[in-house]
Amino acid sequence: MYLHDFWFLLIAVLWTGYFFLEGFDFGVGVLLNLLARGETERRVLINTIGPVWDGNEVWLVTAIGATFAAFPSWYGAMLSGFYLPMLLILVCLILRVVAFEYRAKRDGERWKRGWEQCVFWSSLLTSFVWGAVFADMVHGMRIDRAGDYIGGLGGICTPYAALGGLAFTVLFTFHGAVFTALKTTGEIRLRARGLAMRLGVLALLVVTAFLGVGQAERGDGWSLAALVAAGAALIASLAVNRLGREGWAFLGSGVAVAAVIAALFLSLFPNVMPSTLDPAWSLTTANASSADYTLKVMTWVAVFATPLVILYQGWTYWVFRKRIGIQHIPAATAGH
Amino acid sequence: MDLALAHETLARWQFGFTTVYHYLFVPLTISLAALTAGLQTAWVRTEKEKYFRATKFWGKLFLINIAMGVATGLVQEFQFGMNWSAYSKFVGDVFGAPLAMEALLAFFFESTFIGLWIFGWDRLPRKVHLGCIWMVSIGTFLSSYFILAANSFMQHPNGYRIAANGRAQLTSISKVLFQDTTLAAVFHTLAACFIVGGAFMVGISAYLVLRARRQPLEERDGTKIATIRTSLRLGLWTALAGGIGALLSGDTIGRVMVQQQPMKMAAAEGLWHTAAPAPFSLFAIGSLHQGRNVFEFNIPGLLSFLSYHDFHSPVRGIVDVARQESTQFGGEWQHYVPDIFESFWAYRGMITFGMISVAIAVAGLWLTRQKRWIDPRFRRPETELPLLMLTRERELSPFLTTWAWRIALLTLGFPLIGNALGWLFTEMGRQPWVVYGLMTTADAVSPNVSVTEQIISLGVFAVLYGALAVVEVRLLIKYVRKGIGDEPPPSHEPLPRGPLSPESDDEPLTFAY
Repeated sequence: MYLHDFWFLLIAVLWTGYFFLEGFDFGVGVLLNLLARGETERRVLINTIGPVWDGNEVWLVTAIGATFAAFPSWYGAMLSGFYLPMLLILVCLILRVVAFEYRAKRDGERWKRGWEQCVFWSSLLTSFVWGAVFADMVHGMRIDRAGDYIGGLGGICTPYAALGGLAFTVLFTFHGAVFTALKTTGEIRLRARGLAMRLGVLALLVVTAFLGVGQAERGDGWSLAALVAAGAALIASLAVNRLGREGWAFLGSGVAVAAVIAALFLSLFPNVMPSTLDPAWSLTTANASSADYTLKVMTWVAVFATPLVILYQGWTYWVFRKRIGIQHIPAATAGH
Repeated sequence: MDLALAHETLARWQFGFTTVYHYLFVPLTISLAALTAGLQTAWVRTEKEKYFRATKFWGKLFLINIAMGVATGLVQEFQFGMNWSAYSKFVGDVFGAPLAMEALLAFFFESTFIGLWIFGWDRLPRKVHLGCIWMVSIGTFLSSYFILAANSFMQHPNGYRIAANGRAQLTSISKVLFQDTTLAAVFHTLAACFIVGGAFMVGISAYLVLRARRQPLEERDGTKIATIRTSLRLGLWTALAGGIGALLSGDTIGRVMVQQQPMKMAAAEGLWHTAAPAPFSLFAIGSLHQGRNVFEFNIPGLLSFLSYHDFHSPVRGIVDVARQESTQFGGEWQHYVPDIFESFWAYRGMITFGMISVAIAVAGLWLTRQKRWIDPRFRRPETELPLLMLTRERELSPFLTTWAWRIALLTLGFPLIGNALGWLFTEMGRQPWVVYGLMTTADAVSPNVSVTEQIISLGVFAVLYGALAVVEVRLLIKYVRKGIGDEPPPSHEPLPRGPLSPESDDEPLTFAY
C-alpha cells in the first residue's frame, strides 16, 4: 500500500469521526425545533451535547488540516471549487459556536430564542451542505487540466447534490434523536425514541436512494458492501430502538453514518476529485498528494496523536455519561 | 480596476481583515487561559476565597473570548484553500504539515479540555479539574507554536526543495519547526500576548476599583476588594513580564530579520540607501517615486546597533535591496518595494502601543506596592480603598488617583492595537512575496474563484464580524459591570456520580448552558 493511499484512508477515518460525532450534535441542533417543547426542554437538548460539541468539531479542523498536509491539490481544489458552499458552512459554524456560548449569557426571551434559531438553522444547513459537497465530489466535477474546478455555481447545485444534502440531514437528525433518547430521561426521552422511529424509516429511504445512485455511477464491490452495511445498520438501529435499547440503537445509527461515509470514500478511491471533462484530469490519491517525506512525518504524528485524542475524548464522554432531564436544569443561567 | 489586480486585492483584504479580527481574540485567549489556570492553582493550593472568585470572574471573560477565537479561527484554516489555492498547491507539502499538527496535537487538547473545565466543576476531583484548564492553556501555547512555524516558513523558507513539478517539497520538518525565525517569532508573539492579557486585567481591575471607590464603606465586600487587588497586581506583573520578554525577543527578531528579510527592516526604518553607521529613524516622510525621505529625524548609529550590536555596521537600504531582487528575479526594482508608509508606521505603532502599557504597568506596580496601598497603620484594609500613594506618607490627590485609574482602564486596548500593527507590519513588509523569494502574492490567488464570489464573501464576513463584535463587546461590558461574583467556593470534593443509579440523582447541574 502506498503511503498516499494510507493517508486517503486516514482522511476518510477523520471525516467518519467528524460525521459520527458532530453528526449527532447537528441532529440535536435540528431537534431543538423538531422535538423540544418549551425552553427547559430545549436547554436539556443543548446540554446533552454541551461538554462535547467543541471537541467534536475539531475532527473537522483536523480533516481539513490533514487534507492540506497530505493532499494539497485536493485541499486547494475542494475549497476553491466549493467556494460559496464553504462560505455558508463557515458562517453556520461560526454562528453555532457563538450561539452555544452566548445563549445563556444574557436573560431575555428574544436573545435566547434568537441563538436557539441559530443553532437550529446552522445545524440543518451545515448537514445539508456537507452532504451536497460530498455528493458532488463523488459524482465528479468539471475539473480542468490544472486540477481546478471551473464549473461555477451551476455545476455544484445538481439534483444529486440535493439528494446527498437531504440524506445527510435526515441521517444526522436520526442519529441525534437516538443520541437524545440515550442521553435524556423522562418524557423527552420517550418522545425522542418515538421520533427516532419515524426519522429512521425516512433515513433508510433517502440514504439508500442516495448511495444507490452513487453506486450505479461509479461504485464497486466494496462500496456496495458499505451500502448494504449502512442499510442493515439503520434497520438494526430501528429494531433495537423499538425495544428501548438506546445504547445499541446509538451504536447502530453511528455505524450507519460510518458506513455511508465509507461508501462515499470507497466509490471515490483512487480518485479524490474525479473530473467529468476528461478522466485524465481527475485528481487522484497519487497526483494530488504531498511527497513521501511529508507523509512519513505526518504518519508519525498521527500514529502518536490519534490514540491519545481518542483516549481523552472518550474520557470526556465517560465523565459526562449521566442522563439529564428537565429536573437537572438550574433555574437561572445568566451569570455563567 | 484591472481584474487580476481586483482578484488579488480582494483576497488580500479578506485575509487581512479576517486575520486581524481573529487576532483580537487570540492573544487574550492565550494569556487569559494561563492566568486563569494560575489563579485556580493558587486557589487549590491556598484555599483562599479571593483566588476562587478571581478564577470564576476571569474564567468567564476568557470563555466569552475563546468562543470568538475558535469561531473565527475556522475561517483561517479554510481560506488558504478558498482564496489562495495556487499558494496551497505550491507549498501545501510544507505549510500544511504544521497546520495539521496544530489540529492534532494542540487544538484537540484545547477544545476537549475546555468542555471538561466548563462543565466539570462538580464532576471532577479538584486537582483533575485544575489539570483541565492547564491542558487548555498548554493547547493554546502549542497552537501558537505550530501556526507561527507555518508563518515563519513564509517569512524565511527553510527545510524544503523545489521539486520537479515546480512545487515546494518538505525535506526537513525540524528546520521548519525549529528554525531561528520560528523560535524568535514564538517568543515574541507569546510575550506580546501577555502584555495584552496583563493590560486587560489591569484595565478591568482599574474599572472595578473606580466603581468600588464610589460605594459607601459599609457596603463594600472585603473579599471582593482583595480579589480586585490580586487581579490588578497580577495584571501589572504580567504586563511588565510580557514587556520585558517582547523587548528581548524583539531585539532577536530584529537581528534575524536584517539577515533574512533586509527589505522589511529597511522599510520599517524608511532607510532608502545603505548606510554605515545606519541611523534609527524616529520620524520620516518619504516618497517612493523619489526614493528618499522628504523629512526625517534620526538617532545616529542606533539602527546599526539594533541590527548587529555595534554602532557602525552597514545596514542595507530599500533601493539597494530592491535593485538586487530585481536583478535576481526580473522586473522593475519598484516592484520589490513594500508599502513603506505602512511598514514604517505599523512598526512604530507596534512598539509605541505595546510599550505605553508596559510603562503604565511599571508606574502601577510602584503606586500600588503592598506596604503603601494597604498600610495597617493608616486604614482598615478589609473595607477601604485608599488613594494611591507616592511615599509612605504622601498620597496622590483624589483627583489624580481617579485619573490614574482612568488611564489604567484606557490602556486596556493599546496592546491589542500594538499586536494588530505588529502583524500588519510582518505580513505587509514581506510584500510582494507571499513566500519570501519563492512565490509572489499575485501568483498565489485561486485562479478559479470569481470576483463576484470574493465580493460576496468579503461582504458576508464584514457584516457577520461586525455584528459579532457588537455582541461580544456588549457581553464583555455586561460581565465586567456585574463584577466579581458572590458564589462561594465548593466546600468539598465533588462526589463521583456513577451510572448505576442515574435517575436517582435529580440535583440540578452546577453549570448548564
